[in-house]
Amino acid sequence: MAFTNEQLERYSRHIILKEIGPKGQKKLMQARVLIIGAGGLGAPAALYLAAAGVGTIGIADADVVDLSNLQRQVIHSTADIGRPKVESARDSMLAINPEIDVHTYYEYITSENISGIIRDYDFILDGTDNFPAKFLINDACVLEEKPFSHAGIIRFEGQLMTYVPGEGPCYRCVFKEPPPKDLVPTCREAGVIGAVAGVIGCLQAMEAVKYITGAGDLLTGRLLTYDALKMQFRTIRLPRDSHCAVCSGERTIHAPFDYELPSCDLKNR
Amino acid sequence: MKIIVAGAEKEYADGLSVEDLIEAEKVETPQYVTVTVNDSFLPNTERTSRILQDGDVVEFLYFMGGGAADR
Repeated sequence: MAFTNEQLERYSRHIILKEIGPKGQKKLMQARVLIIGAGGLGAPAALYLAAAGVGTIGIADADVVDLSNLQRQVIHSTADIGRPKVESARDSMLAINPEIDVHTYYEYITSENISGIIRDYDFILDGTDNFPAKFLINDACVLEEKPFSHAGIIRFEGQLMTYVPGEGPCYRCVFKEPPPKDLVPTCREAGVIGAVAGVIGCLQAMEAVKYITGAGDLLTGRLLTYDALKMQFRTIRLPRDSHCAVCSGERTIHAPFDYELPSCDLKNR
Repeated sequence: MKIIVAGAEKEYADGLSVEDLIEAEKVETPQYVTVTVNDSFLPNTERTSRILQDGDVVEFLYFMGGGAADR
């Protein structure tokens, strides 16, 4: 596959990098990345991955754009209010880069559909805001042997880690079970600065680009934390849990499952 | 003794348990916080019995949601 003149120009700042080069750019163009959640984290990640020329981008979200999203979900515009987020996100990605393919999943990701969806992708980004979804994505990715980027944000803080099959610890090595509802605040309850979502979402995109191109070191076995008020990044070493319920030899989880949804969440819909 | 807590050097009296440290550092919802000591996970059941030593490195790992309301 040779580059067209337009591609050489569009991706010239990538191609000139010795860690990417023409080979890395071709890998990006042939890569398939799934973003679960077209919100604060997924929005910047999707924009940068589309701009980078990731050949196929899947985006999953069952929500529609709300006015309160626009403070941080920069892939959607005021005119998109009321539209499915996946459609708005697709339009924005294709406006930046019409060369890519975008697949939309206007549905909730559940234990029923997740394995079939992630199977088609090389790398998954968790941009969801709730713990049942984060554990579901972790378990499904471990079981399907898919690398993924986990991230979370709240107030002025964010964190992320990368799971690579057979290498680092998984999310469940660090956190065994989702916390009970209301004990750990969500962004809806506690707030979040838009730019924190931008920082962490971009770092997730960076991990995807590095995984695809093989450049540098991934955040496997490490948790990166960001404190915007102190303006500090820290990296915390994460061991593997040799008794992990999903990624260890003592596996007790053999199929993805859904944690029960708290009723207050459903009422908000 | 000096220990490193969340990246910062702190001075504490000898005999401090991880449970004491959690209290002293005012860790929120500690039952849902994962603790590592010297890059190893510390089971919640060992927080009282684990006495910290000079030079120990302690991290508190917090649940963080955020992103998009997927459901």
